[in-house]
Amino acid sequence: MSKILVINPEKCTGCRLCEQVCSVKHERVVNFYRARIRVVKWEMEGKILPVVCQQCEDAPCMAACPAHAIARNPETGALEVNYDLCIGCRTCMNVCPFGAMGFDWVTNRVIKCDLCGGDPQCARFCETGAILYVDKAELSGIKQRKGAESLMDLMTKVTTAISAAG
Amino acid sequence: MALSRKIAYIDLTNRRVRTAPIPLEMRKLYLGGRGLDMYLLYNHVKPGADPLGPDNVALVSAGLLTGTLATASARTHVAGKSPLTGFVGSANMGGFFGPELRMAGFDHLVITGKADGPVYLWIHDGEIEIRDASHLWGRDAHQTQTMVRQELGDDDIQVMTIGVAGENLVRFACVMTSLKNAAGRTGMGALWGSKNLKAIAARGRMDIKLAFPEEALEYNKEIITQVTSAKVSKTMQKLGTLFIWGTTNSTGLVRVRNFQSNQIPYADDIEPESIEEEMIGTAGCFGCQVHCRGRYFIKKGPYTGAYVEGPEYTSLGAFGAEVGCTTKQTVLVGNHLVNMYGLDTLETGSMIAWAMELFEKGILTEKDTDGLDLRFGNDEAVIEAVHQIAQRRGIGDILAEGPLKAAEKIGKDAIKYLIHVKGMSNLHSDERPTPALALNIATASRGSDHLRSRPAIDLYHLPEKVLRKIYGNPVPYDGPLTSDYRDYEGKPWEVIWQEMCYEAVDCLGICKYHTVFLGPNMPNFSEWPRLIQLNTGLELTSKDIWDCADRAYTLERLFNLREGLTREMDWLPDRYFDEKTDRGLPVVRGKSIDREEFKKMIDEYYKLHEWDEKGRPTKKKLEALGLQDEPTHKL
Repeated sequence: MSKILVINPEKCTGCRLCEQVCSVKHERVVNFYRARIRVVKWEMEGKILPVVCQQCEDAPCMAACPAHAIARNPETGALEVNYDLCIGCRTCMNVCPFGAMGFDWVTNRVIKCDLCGGDPQCARFCETGAILYVDKAELSGIKQRKGAESLMDLMTKVTTAISAAG
Repeated sequence: MALSRKIAYIDLTNRRVRTAPIPLEMRKLYLGGRGLDMYLLYNHVKPGADPLGPDNVALVSAGLLTGTLATASARTHVAGKSPLTGFVGSANMGGFFGPELRMAGFDHLVITGKADGPVYLWIHDGEIEIRDASHLWGRDAHQTQTMVRQELGDDDIQVMTIGVAGENLVRFACVMTSLKNAAGRTGMGALWGSKNLKAIAARGRMDIKLAFPEEALEYNKEIITQVTSAKVSKTMQKLGTLFIWGTTNSTGLVRVRNFQSNQIPYADDIEPESIEEEMIGTAGCFGCQVHCRGRYFIKKGPYTGAYVEGPEYTSLGAFGAEVGCTTKQTVLVGNHLVNMYGLDTLETGSMIAWAMELFEKGILTEKDTDGLDLRFGNDEAVIEAVHQIAQRRGIGDILAEGPLKAAEKIGKDAIKYLIHVKGMSNLHSDERPTPALALNIATASRGSDHLRSRPAIDLYHLPEKVLRKIYGNPVPYDGPLTSDYRDYEGKPWEVIWQEMCYEAVDCLGICKYHTVFLGPNMPNFSEWPRLIQLNTGLELTSKDIWDCADRAYTLERLFNLREGLTREMDWLPDRYFDEKTDRGLPVVRGKSIDREEFKKMIDEYYKLHEWDEKGRPTKKKLEALGLQDEPTHKL
């Protein structure tokens, strides 16, 4: 069963450890610019959103690639760039709706999340649960429980308010 | 390598920048961060220099491991001669600036002279530009960061800045980055203001190369697990440092109404759990899994809708117990104001609390305060006093001078009510029942302060065997050690060990919540050699690291002695000896510090340090550390 990265922005503390371990895992250096994941912040407004490849089922990057250089790894489910075929045109960057396709100016190559071959370091190091690596089969259950929790919270508040009002 | 980063000498008077490599030999002696900053301070500040004059230097640095795979390697150090105390000025902050500075190519900045108008520095990929900051002058710390980011066209730029308090030379103004990270103590913001230095912006694309990346990644995971598996970290993840206030208040170890009690009852609204209700989550500094900063929106009053981070333990004291207030609205707003103005929350709260006691005693009257009713518990007056201090209006103009200068201006008996050491106010804690913690504040190199040497784990009643294991490494210690925090015996060594431990993390650029501060099982001298080796390739033993810390701490002592420090200043305010605690658990009630016992502690502390009876490092000690010829002007 293949697994997938799930982002829970409300749990993200903005520490950028994911960016750090990602760049070390892939490039052996610490460099925010060379990480496959980016924690985007609107700092003064208190908004945070980690951006990373969603490994889309019908992936625009794969469809748009004129060199057919992007393919799905059958073992991990990750969309990977075959650099032997890649011509470096960056069309994939233009079509990705998430901005998750990156470009490494040191190697002059597009870069993207490859799920670290099945052990994504961002999820491994993130202890808050903002980045999870879960079985696709469990995905619905996780989201349903999360939705139910906020609904239950709301209902409890309403019930308490009604009973308090007598 | 991480060690390839340079030092930059920035002369603001002549607008000249010179850069140089940092010799490996200096790394082996001082590591980096606070350690090398102390070397630079001792070497670049002329004796007797005016802290607010062009002769003072403003130092900024990243630690040896800042930005590397060393858990919470987020710290930036800021230093200079303190405008508050005239002694060592040194403050440390979290956030993201330090790692960004390193990625921009620099580890140390030595800023001298004075610009002829407001300027800010723009540091990127090995380049440093001095830019006009006239349009930023007068802006608060948050606006300034936003404006710099917009001007330079990059939201990920990290900015250190002063607020209006620093511009107005408030002697306890701080340097800020992000929403709430403050290099808070010793008035570094006033030092920047005196140089017309408004901000420093950094953005870097340069690789931080690691010596052994795969191994460093795995070891980082191990260290993170060691840190976050501790119960204290789990509590911090939820409540931040507020939890400390909750526990110490219930014990009776907080400062209330300046120094009139040690516990505040009926304060449910400012209990950590009550403040937690306001939080929408927590924020972490670079790479940190403890993420101790609360995030909240202000829901009432003139700042409604403002996004804020904090408050911490210190703001609970500053805008709560110290000033006799018990509403969280005051704490939340007060915290927001000091962050925007760039004021040290601790000193601000202490100065207001002190003024309130003077008001209560009739030393200050409404005539002196222009009608401001400085009664304890007057929430509105507390908030107004914050504005007045930052803007130097009314009584605020006097309070902005810091404890000793303000006491001199007010005259009468005002000095009697100050809770300070060496001209710096104490944390909002009461150390009368805890001699070890009292020794810490009396001797700390930057004045009354808990982050220099507080043996906080002394409060845990740990078995002697455990204490021996911690405090016997890497330097063997076979003197007394006791589990009882009310004891005087054996505590001086705990204070010295913590001095070295905190100095070391400040040199490395790691947060204190990731070493033996609040948790006894946290990484320390045992783990650091491997952490340093895997990330930088530098081979150092635990004892080498201890010696680096000792060398830097001794230089701090030498600096202070050169600036007029005497043995009498390693001492507590009289009230610690003369007034007894009136509340709290039976074990802490009715306590005061015993003068004779405390004198013995100081003697023992000096002896263990190999300082003479006047607190001066002996020739033998200086030679052992290779400091006999300082200043040597190698950097």
